[in-house]
Amino acid sequence: MDSAFFFTYFLQFVISGITIGSIYAMVAVGFNIIYNVTEIINFAQGEFVMLGGLIMVIFYNKLDLPILIAFLMTVIVVAMIGLLIDQIVIKSIKQPTVLTLIIGTIATSILLKGAAMFIWGKNPYDLPAFSGREAINFFGAVIQPQALWVIGILVVVVGLLSFFFEKSIIGKAMRACSDNQDAALLVGISVKRMILLSFALSAAIGAVAGVIVTPIALMEYDRGAMLAVKGFAALILGGLGSFPGAVIGGLLLGLIEALVAGYISSGYKDAFALAVLLILLFVRPHGILGNPTVAKFKKF
Amino acid sequence: MFHITIKSRIVFIAIVLICPWIFYLIPAVSHYLDILIFAGIYCLITIGLSLLMGYAGQISLGHAAFFGIGAYISGILTTKYGLNPWVCILIALFVSGFIAYCIGVPTLKLHGHYLAMGTLAFGIITFIIFNEEITYTGGPDGMGNIKELQLLGFPIDTNMKYYYLVWLTVVLALLFSVNLIQSRVGRALRAIHTSEVAASSMGVNVAGYKIQIFVFSAILASISGSFYAHYIKFLNPTSFDLFFSIKLLIMIVMGGMRSIWGAIIGAVIIAFLSFEWLGAFHEFETLAYGAILLLVTIFLPDGLVSLPGKFSEQINKYLSKIKA
Amino acid sequence: MKKISFQTLFILALSLITMFSVVSCEKKTTQKLKIGAVFSVTGGASFLGDPEKKTAEMLVEQVNKAGGINGVQVELIVMDTEGDATKTNLAVKKLMTQDKVLAVVGPSTSGNSIAVIPLAEETMTPLVSCAASYKIVNNPDTNKPYKWVFKTPQSDSMAVEAIFTHLQSKKINKIAILSDTSGFGASGRAELQRLAKDYNMSIVADETYGPKDTDMTPQLTKIKKLNPQAIVNWSIGPTQVTVVRNWKDLKMDGIKFYQSHGFGSLKNVELAAGAAEGVYLPLGSVAIADILPENHPQKTVTRQYVNDYNAKYNEPLSSFGGHAHDALKMVFAAIGKAGADKAKIRDELEKISGFVGQHGIFNMSADDHNGLDKTAFNMLVVKDGKWAFAD
Repeated sequence: MDSAFFFTYFLQFVISGITIGSIYAMVAVGFNIIYNVTEIINFAQGEFVMLGGLIMVIFYNKLDLPILIAFLMTVIVVAMIGLLIDQIVIKSIKQPTVLTLIIGTIATSILLKGAAMFIWGKNPYDLPAFSGREAINFFGAVIQPQALWVIGILVVVVGLLSFFFEKSIIGKAMRACSDNQDAALLVGISVKRMILLSFALSAAIGAVAGVIVTPIALMEYDRGAMLAVKGFAALILGGLGSFPGAVIGGLLLGLIEALVAGYISSGYKDAFALAVLLILLFVRPHGILGNPTVAKFKKF
Repeated sequence: MFHITIKSRIVFIAIVLICPWIFYLIPAVSHYLDILIFAGIYCLITIGLSLLMGYAGQISLGHAAFFGIGAYISGILTTKYGLNPWVCILIALFVSGFIAYCIGVPTLKLHGHYLAMGTLAFGIITFIIFNEEITYTGGPDGMGNIKELQLLGFPIDTNMKYYYLVWLTVVLALLFSVNLIQSRVGRALRAIHTSEVAASSMGVNVAGYKIQIFVFSAILASISGSFYAHYIKFLNPTSFDLFFSIKLLIMIVMGGMRSIWGAIIGAVIIAFLSFEWLGAFHEFETLAYGAILLLVTIFLPDGLVSLPGKFSEQINKYLSKIKA
Repeated sequence: MKKISFQTLFILALSLITMFSVVSCEKKTTQKLKIGAVFSVTGGASFLGDPEKKTAEMLVEQVNKAGGINGVQVELIVMDTEGDATKTNLAVKKLMTQDKVLAVVGPSTSGNSIAVIPLAEETMTPLVSCAASYKIVNNPDTNKPYKWVFKTPQSDSMAVEAIFTHLQSKKINKIAILSDTSGFGASGRAELQRLAKDYNMSIVADETYGPKDTDMTPQLTKIKKLNPQAIVNWSIGPTQVTVVRNWKDLKMDGIKFYQSHGFGSLKNVELAAGAAEGVYLPLGSVAIADILPENHPQKTVTRQYVNDYNAKYNEPLSSFGGHAHDALKMVFAAIGKAGADKAKIRDELEKISGFVGQHGIFNMSADDHNGLDKTAFNMLVVKDGKWAFAD
């Protein structure tokens, strides 16, 4: 009988870990898209998630638009914000060293947070769950239908992105930019446009993550920073530049957090997760699936 | 790059010595002394960070951790165990240095974003420890009743005295750093910054120097933390969170990463911004920080230090045009 | 023409900045009654400081419209501490030494309040804190309050006692506690642990989570296994809502759920989307102005405040604003009697008795600078999405 309980509790932690891990994975994927094309880590990525949730609140709760339209409009608006960041911030930095870009994107994230505080205030907001709140029984553990949406949408997003980068022309063009920008220019790819697109796409994915996680966890103006840190950690864990790495990193991070909270100490769960990350980096400096050569030559 | 002449060092020391009296005598700005004390405390950290980031080309997104380690060790050892505060400052800096060494050896092998993440992770883990270990640190509620410092039996109880304590330490740190920069070590650091591979092929012990500078910056931050603890007499983990590490970054970027003066100017300006000029703005403050940081990054990538240079360049151009 | 050196420019700039600051700091001396206020308007404790600031400004506006205190207008100087001890320290110092205020209301958090006690004592300025910790009004060396420091909120211990008393009445003695790692949560957790023996409570689980965490099912799952009769949760912000939702999801509603007074805004009930039905919590009278019986001594005061606040700010009341209300009103009363004399104001504050505030009826004394007891909390339960008295 005890082993059944053990399994149920273990399963509950796993479900919790995979749900939050899916969000981290989406943030990590967003980071990765921009990184792949530009080698920039956009620390404002977490804010896209925050904005996705909060803007959806405006379209769906305040303006009462039908859910699909509100969703689409939210994603488009946030994608445009991503575009603006590329145009206004990234393009303006004259000496784009890794350090200046990190700082520039951190500055942008602070700005977005400040603006969000003005517009939405400091209170948390809620979105209705897509298919109700009746928890589903799953081998003794419970899972929220919204959590299934989160995991499901992660799978869809990853699938779409893989298809996009493998099979579509634009996707292949973006991959060309990340492999070798000069060569890409030579064959006529507009690198500038690809960069713009990468920002828009990254922002869009962040927005999707924000919309689907708000029914579970609510959303407020300052959620972005923590998500950015976790998403970044997930990407590093999985290996910079690798899509499967981003997903694995995110899920792994979420799992570690949930399992540590469940079995060891809830207060230290984040510390454990980061410690695991550190140890992994010491042993394998390029992350689980990252490129070792890239890791060695990064300069500031 | 601003050559740090002997003359400029003397001018700086003179300003440090005279400043407080000016503020003291004008009642409307006498509280500027308090702000300057904080500025000095920040300077101690930023000088070290500037060496690490500006000269050696590394990054640390978790330096608040060393600031906190210094502060908490000083605080805990003096209140719970009644040890002499100066001894505690020494213990704290040894501990910080040691931790910096242990963390630095593996972490500084990382590069670029991996290094950034490594230091970020370290900073956050340390913050969590401050928050969780309630028996020692008092947790989120903080710990108070930290005694004030005494020098040879004379209590350092007025602002003026504390100002001199902090800023004279800053001057010492500055002079030491300047010597460092203009020595072999400095040249090695700059070589490392330009290209680790090239430097190493010239026989520079890249790893060794990186760790030395990292440890040095951690020690400075620790001393700063101890001074902070004895000044404000109350510690709270939120003073050592990620945002403070980012604020340090803002100070350095705003002042100018490539110059020690930048570290000082950045610290002073952010101190004034935080505690004085933005006081009226409340909600605007977050926005203001973001905007300022962004504007400086875009328009003044070399920081404010480069401003007088550019300014005097323009003036001289103008003057020579008139002459012609 | 000599080249203008970098040093010269630097010194020039420094002098310009100094002159600019001096000029911009020239404050005109007016005949107003200056009261200082330090709140955590932004930052982690903004749920406290924001409503407190709004309340304070509203009250000063009202009193000035009515002609001021004894005919003299009141000037409120509000400073935002962002929940940061350093800023609080500097702000309070500035208010007390530069602006020479007659009294300071705030800070919002216990940590920050404790940090500025020495300043109040040194400058001999009355400080009426809006934070909860009993340590604010208790000098551990003398076991008496600090001379110049008062506070208006009920202590966390009173909230805990209200909860424990209720648990006892339900014959419950096996509980689990959950808290977040913020100052608010940690303080509540400490009090829960401290007072457990006095009420025969055995704490079978003590779980924590971060203030920005999004999922507490791991912690609740652990608790479920240990089969407590009730869960007491102490947190603030969205986590209090998330944890209730998780509790419902995990089908744990057989185990009674108690929240802290931090839950005391109907907005939280709304955000919980039905999951908060049946949840218990202790709350000061201000939050239940509507359902207070007509003959309740606090009915008039609370109803007035709620209506004024809703009308002016168009947002639901947060009970925390009431702390600032009580603090400021008492300061007004003290100034009314004592005039612009800090020492006399302090004496008047100490003499306050029978003062009907938002959070209770205050009776200050030389030994008690809080003036409340555990009756300042009502035990409520969420019924049909609204507050009701718990039985």
